[in-house]
Amino acid sequence: MAPTNPGVALTLNFDIFAIALLLSPFAAALLAPAMCRHGGVAAGWGLALVPAALFVALLTTVEGVAAGRPVRLAIDWVPALDLRLSFLIDGLSLVFALAITGIGAFIVIYSTSYLHDHRHRGRFIAFLLLFMGAMLGLVLSDSLVGLFVFWELTSVTSFLLIGFDHEREAARRGAIQALIVTGIGGLALMAGGVLLHHVAGTWTISDLAYSPTLREAGWSYPWVLGFIVVAAFTKSAQWPFHFWLPNAMEAPTPVSAYLHSATMVQAGVYLLARMSPLLAGTPQWQALLCSFGAITLLWGGVAALRQTDLKQILAQTTIASLGLSVMLLGIGGETAAMAVAAYFVAHALYKAALFLVTGIIDHGTGTRDITVLGGLRDTLTITFICAALAGLSMFGIPPLLGYLAKEEMYAALSTGDAWGIVAIVVMVLGNALLGVVGLAVMIRPFMGPLRPTPHAPHEGDFALWIGPALFGLASLAVLFAVSPYGELLLAPMASSIAGHPVESHLGFAVDFGALPVWLSLVTWGLAIAIYWQRDWIRAAIAKTVPSRAGKLVSRRRARAVPRATAPGEPEVEAELDRSVEERAVWTWDRGFDQAMFGLIRAAGGWTRVFHHGRLELYVVVAFACLAIVLVTPLWAMNDWPALPHFAGGAFYEWGVIAMAAIGVVMVVLAPSRLGAIIALGVQGLAVALIFMVFGAPDLAFTQLMVETLSVVILALVMTRLRLSTRDPRPYEDLARDGLLALLIGGSVSLLLLRVLQGAFDGRLSEFFARTSVEIAHGHNIVNVILVDYRGLDTLGEISVVMTAGIAVLALLRRQRKRKAVAA
Amino acid sequence: MEPVVALLVGLFVAVAAYLMLSRALVRVLLGVVVLGNAVNLLIFVSGRLTSAAPPIVPKGEATPVGYFANPLPQALILTAIVIGFAMFAFLIVLALRAYQEMHADDTDQMRLAEPDGEPNPPLEY
Amino acid sequence: MNTLIFRTMAPLIAAAMILFSIVILLRGHNDPGGGFIGGLIAASAAAVYGMARGVGEVRRLLRFNPIAFAGFGVVLAGTVGLLSILYGVPFMTALWLPGYAFGVPGAFDIGVYFVVFGTMTAIILALEDGGEGV
Repeated sequence: MAPTNPGVALTLNFDIFAIALLLSPFAAALLAPAMCRHGGVAAGWGLALVPAALFVALLTTVEGVAAGRPVRLAIDWVPALDLRLSFLIDGLSLVFALAITGIGAFIVIYSTSYLHDHRHRGRFIAFLLLFMGAMLGLVLSDSLVGLFVFWELTSVTSFLLIGFDHEREAARRGAIQALIVTGIGGLALMAGGVLLHHVAGTWTISDLAYSPTLREAGWSYPWVLGFIVVAAFTKSAQWPFHFWLPNAMEAPTPVSAYLHSATMVQAGVYLLARMSPLLAGTPQWQALLCSFGAITLLWGGVAALRQTDLKQILAQTTIASLGLSVMLLGIGGETAAMAVAAYFVAHALYKAALFLVTGIIDHGTGTRDITVLGGLRDTLTITFICAALAGLSMFGIPPLLGYLAKEEMYAALSTGDAWGIVAIVVMVLGNALLGVVGLAVMIRPFMGPLRPTPHAPHEGDFALWIGPALFGLASLAVLFAVSPYGELLLAPMASSIAGHPVESHLGFAVDFGALPVWLSLVTWGLAIAIYWQRDWIRAAIAKTVPSRAGKLVSRRRARAVPRATAPGEPEVEAELDRSVEERAVWTWDRGFDQAMFGLIRAAGGWTRVFHHGRLELYVVVAFACLAIVLVTPLWAMNDWPALPHFAGGAFYEWGVIAMAAIGVVMVVLAPSRLGAIIALGVQGLAVALIFMVFGAPDLAFTQLMVETLSVVILALVMTRLRLSTRDPRPYEDLARDGLLALLIGGSVSLLLLRVLQGAFDGRLSEFFARTSVEIAHGHNIVNVILVDYRGLDTLGEISVVMTAGIAVLALLRRQRKRKAVAA
Repeated sequence: MEPVVALLVGLFVAVAAYLMLSRALVRVLLGVVVLGNAVNLLIFVSGRLTSAAPPIVPKGEATPVGYFANPLPQALILTAIVIGFAMFAFLIVLALRAYQEMHADDTDQMRLAEPDGEPNPPLEY
Repeated sequence: MNTLIFRTMAPLIAAAMILFSIVILLRGHNDPGGGFIGGLIAASAAAVYGMARGVGEVRRLLRFNPIAFAGFGVVLAGTVGLLSILYGVPFMTALWLPGYAFGVPGAFDIGVYFVVFGTMTAIILALEDGGEGV
C-alpha cells in the first residue's frame, strides 16, 4: 500500500468490507445455534434479516449493472501464486444472488415455524445459512479457485442439509448419494479449472471469457468442455446423473424448496451460463447440451406423471426444468439467453412456492399423497391461493412470469431446420408435462369433495404462508412492470450469458402471425388433454415399462406355491412381490448402490489380500522392494563399483572391525537369550571403537553409554518375559529369509562401495570447519553444529526423545491402572 | 579401510534383516538395534574415514590444523544414536506390554489390529 | 548384585558420575563432550543409584518426576532460542555474553542435557519398578 496513493488504500478497504458483507451468512451461521436456543421464534426472524439485508444491498446495484457497470471486488489471497479472492456482480450473478438471498430469507422464516418444536432447529438454520453463504460465494466468485472452493462448500453443506434427519437410513443414503455425485462433478470442475488456467494463464473468470486462446489451442477445448459439462450435469441432475435429486427429498421440506428452486441444482446451470461466452456455439456444445437436456426434460416429465407423492412429483419436474434450461443454453443465441434468464426467475419463484405449499399441506393434514388429498380449498384458503398462483405460472398463463418465459423459449426455437423441429416437439411436450403438474398440484389437493386425512386439516401460520404468498404475488406483479423487469434484470443476465449486450423485447403484446403463440396454445391443449387422461396414461406406462418385473413376480409366485402349504399372508406376499420387482428393474439409483457396495466389497477383498496381518511377510515385501530399489540404479546405468583394494590399515583398525563382525554374527547364532544380549553389547562396543579409531570421540562416548543402557534395559525387561528361545520359523522360511537378508546386505554394500568410489563433496563440512571458531566461538566442531548451526534440528530431535519417553510412561501407566482395577 | 567398513555395513544390514524377518518379538527388537547401528555406520563411512585427529580446533587456532575427521556426519549420527535409543526403549516396552496383554511373543499370533477373516463393513448407509 | 559393598559405594559412584557428566556438558563446546553424552552419563548415575538403593530412593532424591526434567529441558532450549526476538534477529540466532564465555548455544546444550537425562531416567526408573511409581 503506497502512501502516495491513498485512493488504492481506500478501495481496498471498501472491498474487504463489501466481501465481508457478502459472506455474512457464514457469520450468521455461527451465531444461529446459540440464538435459537435462547431466542425462540424471534431468533429465526432475526437471522432472516441477514439475507434480507443482503437482498436490499444487492438491489442497490441493479441500476448500475443494467447500465453496463458491473461491480468488481477483490483482495489479495495468495499473491505469490497470483491468486486473488475476487468477486464480480454482473447481470448473471446479480439475478442469482437476488434469488438466493430473497428466497433464502423467507426459507429461514418458514423453517423457524416448520421446525418449531425440533430440538436441533438451531443447527438446521445454521446449516441453511452456511449453505446460503457457499451458494452466494459460488455465483459471485470471479476466480476459478474461489468458484471451485464454494462449489465444494455447497456440496458439503447440502450433504448436511439433506442428511439432517440423520436417524433415518433413507436420509443418510440421500445425503451420501448427493455428496458423491456432486463431488465427482467437483473434481471435474477442478480439472477443468486447472486446465483453463493452464491454457489462458489467468484464474480470473471475467478475463477468461474474452481470452481467444482456448479455441486456438485446439486440443484443450474438448477436455475443458468435457470437464465443465460433467461438473454442471452432476450438480444440475442431468440424465444419467439425475438419480440423486429425488432421493435428496429426504431433507426437510424447506431444504427441498431452497435447494431445488434457485440454488444447489441451479449451480450447474449457472456454471454453463457463466462459461457460455467462452465455450458455447460449437457443434460439440450444442450436441451435448441439447441432447442431454432433451432426454432429461422428457425423463423428468414422464417420471413426474408416475409419482403420487407431492414432493416427489415436484422433484421430478425440477429435473425436467433443469433439462429445459440446459437445452436452451445448448441452443444458444440472444433469444435463448433471454429465455434462460426469464425461465430461471419464473421457475425459482413458482417452484419455491410449490414446495413450501407442499410443506404446509403436509404440516396441516399429515400426508403428501396426492391421491388421498382433496377439497382443502375451504380450510387452507391462503395456501390454495398461493398454490394457484404458482401452479398457473408453471402452466404458463399470460399475466404470470411463466408465460413470459415460455414465449421467449418458443421464440428462440424458430430456426426452421430439421433439428429445430425436433427441439420444438421436445420442448412443447416437455412444457405440456410441466403444465400437467402445475394443474395437478393446484387442483388435486384443493378441489373436489373434502377427503379424510391423518389429522384434521388446518391452515399454516403467518411464517409459513408469507413466503409462498409473496413469491406468487411477485409472479403476478410483473404485469405492472414488464418492461423494467426485462430491461433491469433479464437483459443484463442474458448479456452475461450471450457475451454481448442483449436488448429486451419482453412484453404481453400478442402477435398471432408468429409461431410462439400457436406453440403456446398447443402446449396448453396438450397439457389439459394429458391431465384429463392422466389415469389412463399412468396405467399405460405402468404396463409397458416394468414388463420384466411382472414376469419375475409371476415366476416367484409359481415357485413359492409348492413350498407353502397354505397361501401366505397378503402383506407378506405384497412385500415379496415388491422386493422381486425392485431387483428386476435396474435403475440408475440401484446402479449407485451396486457401485457403492461393489466398492466396499472390492476394498474388503483388497485389504484382506494385502493386510493379511502377518508381520514377517510385510517385512519380506519391504526388504525385497528396498533391495530392488538399491540395485536397480546400478543395473540400469551399468555402473557397478570397481573391485576395491583391501590393503593397508592399521592392525587395531582391522581388530575392531573383526570384533564388530564377530559380535553381530554371534547375535544371530547365540544359543540363548543371554548370549544374544551379550553379543549385542559386543557389536555395540565394537561400533563405539570404530568411531573412536576414526576420529569421532563424541560418537564413541555416546555409543558406549547407549550400549550400556540398552543392555541394562534389555536385562530388566527380559526378567519379566517368559519367552521361548527357539526360533519358530520352519526351515524353508529360514532359507528364504537368509537369502533375502544376504541379498539386501549385498545390495547395500554394493551401493555404498559405488558411492565411496565417486567424488566427495566436502563443501559443507569445509564451511563448518573454517567458521566454527570465527563466527560460532566453539572449538568442538561437532558440538557447534549441533547446538548452533543446526540448533533448530536439535530442538526437534530432543522433542522426539522426550515424546518417546512420555509414550513409554503412558504404556507402563496403563498397566498400573489395570492392576489397580483388578486389585 | 573404507571398502572394508562398507562390507561390514552390508553384514550388519543382512543380520538386521534376518533378525527382523523372524517372528519372535525379541529377535525383531535385536534386529532393530543392529539396523540402527548399520545406518549410523553407513552415514559415517559415506563422509569418508580418516585415521587422523577428531574435528576439534586446537587452542589458539582459528581453523583445524592438518587432516581431521569430517564433522558433519558425526553431528548427524550423534542425535541419531540418542533418538535410536529412545525408540528402542519405546519398542521394548511396547513388546513387553504386548506380551503381557496377548501372552504371545510370536508376531503371527498377535492379531488384535488385523484379526483373521474380518468381515466387510456393513453394506448399508 | 545387591551386596553391601555395592550399596555403600553406589552413592559415591553416582555422585562422581553426576559431577563428571556436568564437566562433560560444560566443556563440550571446545572439547569432546556435550549435552547428549552428559545427559546419558547422568541417567546412568540415576540407574546405578536405583539398583543399589531402590527406585523410591532415587525418586525422593530427584524431588520431581524425571520426565519433568525433560520438559524443563525442551522449554529451556526453546526459550533461549526465542531470546533472539528481543534483538530482532531470526529464531535460534546465537547471542553471546561479552567475551564469548557463555551464550545461547551453551544454554541450549544445557537444555539438551536435561531432556536426555530426564527421558532416560524416566524410562529406566519406570522399568526398574515395573511402572509402579510413574
